[in-house]
Amino acid sequence: MLAGVAPPARTSRRMSRYSALALVRNAFSGHKDWTPAWRDPAPKQRYDVVIVGGGGHGLATAYYLAKLHGITNVAVLEKGWLGGGNTGRNTTIVRSNYLLDGNAPFYEHSLKLWEGLSADLNYNVMFSQRGVLNLAHSDSQVDAYARRGNAMRLNGIDSDLLDREGVRRFCPELAFDDARFPIYGGLLQRRGGTARHDAVAWGLARGADSLGVDLIQNCEVTGIRREGDRVVGVETSRGFIACGKLGLAVAGNTGRLGAMAGLRLPIESHVLQAFVSEGLKPLVDHVITFGAGHFYISQSDKGGLVFGGDLDGYNSYAQRGNLPVIEEVVSIGISMMPCISRTRLLRHWGGVMDMTMDGSPIIGKTPLANLYLNGGWCYGGFKATPGSGWVFAWTIANDRPHELNAKLDLDRFRAGRMVDESGHGPQPNLH
Amino acid sequence: MLRIPCPFCGPRDHSEFSYLGDATVTRPEAEAPLDEWFGYVYLRDNPRGRHREHWHHAQGCRQWLVVERDTLTHEILGALPAREGSPAAGPAAGKDAAE
Repeated sequence: MLAGVAPPARTSRRMSRYSALALVRNAFSGHKDWTPAWRDPAPKQRYDVVIVGGGGHGLATAYYLAKLHGITNVAVLEKGWLGGGNTGRNTTIVRSNYLLDGNAPFYEHSLKLWEGLSADLNYNVMFSQRGVLNLAHSDSQVDAYARRGNAMRLNGIDSDLLDREGVRRFCPELAFDDARFPIYGGLLQRRGGTARHDAVAWGLARGADSLGVDLIQNCEVTGIRREGDRVVGVETSRGFIACGKLGLAVAGNTGRLGAMAGLRLPIESHVLQAFVSEGLKPLVDHVITFGAGHFYISQSDKGGLVFGGDLDGYNSYAQRGNLPVIEEVVSIGISMMPCISRTRLLRHWGGVMDMTMDGSPIIGKTPLANLYLNGGWCYGGFKATPGSGWVFAWTIANDRPHELNAKLDLDRFRAGRMVDESGHGPQPNLH
Repeated sequence: MLRIPCPFCGPRDHSEFSYLGDATVTRPEAEAPLDEWFGYVYLRDNPRGRHREHWHHAQGCRQWLVVERDTLTHEILGALPAREGSPAAGPAAGKDAAE
């Protein structure tokens, strides 16, 4: 296939819309006529833009490149299957309750995209704005949350400071009178919530494919070919693919892909575990986070409690974690919500995080003229999925960062403009 | 649980240790150019495979160790006292390695 020949035919491809009527119509034919949600094309020799990484961020980037910037000669290269990395390994929380200016407007933009995403994609991503509540266990923590809540409001983000009784009305199942960590109040973002992680990847994949983007699975990038300060293409397990611009969206493996391009990055890869319990009747109606230790919990529509805590703490590319963190996470959960102490764990798993030196992501340009970087998501990648794709597509299309990701650039480390939400400094395993 | 072969205490659970990170970066001289300091503070090789890293045996002998570990398999290949295990001293000793 030659570049430039295929796109008009591709963009005219009609996506069959999902609707109640389509469901009824297909019921009459025994549901045998549904078409695949996306094609499985062979890679072309050249694309205007190649995105490495077929997770939520890469797919969202391709979707917005095609939809908003008219760039449809795009390939997304995925070494495994779509959404099989961290997109399928997170705790599905969506929120924008950030303090700092570099983060807050970006995540709020992402949250606004979430609010319209199902309608935009004609695909139910099951976005549920059930509220995200951060618990406070001391007076000073209430003060800190008041400060963050005010900062959020100044950035146009909803926030409510709840007192102890307000928290009790909101979620009565917590341990309010714990001797060591009594609940003093909490910071609530009602517009936060959860989404169905796989559906996000699938919806974006279907949307991007229908606009002409080639989604190429089982295609691992093994090298990046450069000429001077420009990238000319990527070596892959399915042959060389030339590109006009290259975008990396491979969080967890950004360090490795960066090294292929000759970049040394302010990133360490760490393993983060997540957990699901057996299915229970409705118990946790919201997303709740503990304030005296790292723990966050919600309940899936199937009834499983979905929760997580800290990193294991050492560099790792293994997608599995270690027992001490399981013990710690579970003990924090039980001290916050003693009623779950007899619940059995169904599954736990690990994902590889790009932990940056300030705990904030990197989206923007690199020292190479046509290489763009989207990575360093630390814990925060899932909620950022649509926003990340939106600003990354804008950055690639315009060859400069949008104002929403201008402060999340790679140069900030050299320039001393850290966006360090937790204030831990350049120690990735503490963020 | 990772089992770290502490040269002073023998094989111990990693939960007794605290982790600092990459042991191959070295602190530049105070007067070194800003670029060197930038590299030391912020940039890492972040390898998938063998990684030399600092661990502190905080709940044991309180010695700093350089541990060589595979970041993909979590296999520990050896551990030396940090003062002997600096990058200039060559690879961490295999003789102390315990599986």
